[in-house]
Amino acid sequence: MGPSISSNLSVHDLDKNAVETETIQSAAADQLTIGDHVLGSRLILGTGKYDSFEVMQASHKSAETQCVTIAVRRERLHDSSGRNILDFVDTSRLILLPNTAGCYDAETAIRCARMGREILTGLENPGADWVKLEVLGDSRSLLPDPIELLKATEALVKEKFQVLCYSSDDPIIARRLKDAGAASVMPAGSPIGSGLGVLNSNSLSIILDDLKRGDPDYPVIIDAGVGTASDVAEAMELGFDGVLLNTAVAAAKDPVAMAQAMALGVKAGRLAFQAGRIPKSRYGSASSPEVGVISKKPQR
Amino acid sequence: MEIIVNGDPHQIPQGTSIADLLMQFKLNPCALAIEVNQELKPRNVHRATFLSDGDVLEIVTLVGGG
Repeated sequence: MGPSISSNLSVHDLDKNAVETETIQSAAADQLTIGDHVLGSRLILGTGKYDSFEVMQASHKSAETQCVTIAVRRERLHDSSGRNILDFVDTSRLILLPNTAGCYDAETAIRCARMGREILTGLENPGADWVKLEVLGDSRSLLPDPIELLKATEALVKEKFQVLCYSSDDPIIARRLKDAGAASVMPAGSPIGSGLGVLNSNSLSIILDDLKRGDPDYPVIIDAGVGTASDVAEAMELGFDGVLLNTAVAAAKDPVAMAQAMALGVKAGRLAFQAGRIPKSRYGSASSPEVGVISKKPQR
Repeated sequence: MEIIVNGDPHQIPQGTSIADLLMQFKLNPCALAIEVNQELKPRNVHRATFLSDGDVLEIVTLVGGG
């Protein structure tokens, strides 16, 4: 009996290893496609708010991200001797995603997008053809102005930009943005930099369901508001294709460690989404057999 | 003549091109973008675009952001 059991066990272990290897491989091949761009990581990080360029660079590395956002701002004309952020972004490994952060109307956001494209063209960076479009409607909440956002999206799509729209969590504006030709719709989990996480999972689920109906590969990314790794996992479990975040890593006590935690959160959430969670039930369901129990069941 | 660059007034001689101005500011044209009166001026027109009195310029580059 002894040897037979041990040989059974080893066969079982072999099967288990085969399954595990397969799962890891499929996770490795799990790429995120947005427009023409294919990313090996579903986590997009920012380049703002870090204490130093060195910490930023180490955080990008630790998250194994392949895409980072970057902002367009006035050149400092009297002090151009300062260090350049581009010296700390490994553009051989990372694609840049220029944003229109801080724009409050369609016209300014369109100008900002064109300038971002001009700079990235000069740098010969493949990110020249896309833009993270941000058109804000309020300087306290930093929530998007949906009407200006839609106007800017329509204009930039005409100019052959691949537009990734930072949007509110309203399913109707999300649909309008996709219909206008957005390469991706990126609803906020909560206000930018708030760390409040996923506040309206019902609306976000409706957005996912609606934008992916008949078009399951359409990329929908959660952008803004996440505070920690569980927020990221929660968003990925809802079915988001990726996460874009900045503050939660850059302003963490240990940004390099948080970057790794976020990467693991993305992977865990993605795997759980693909694996398919069990339905929620009001009552319990025993894991051990109900028959052969040596105790009597109470009547109620 | 006077132009406005990034919100501040600057005195420049007649016949100054965008390329001349960038030389004056010691800026590398590859890592920036320039608007004159809210119109983008791509790199290939910097030499041939001469500035006029009262022009409003934006010279922008990349900085950290989310």
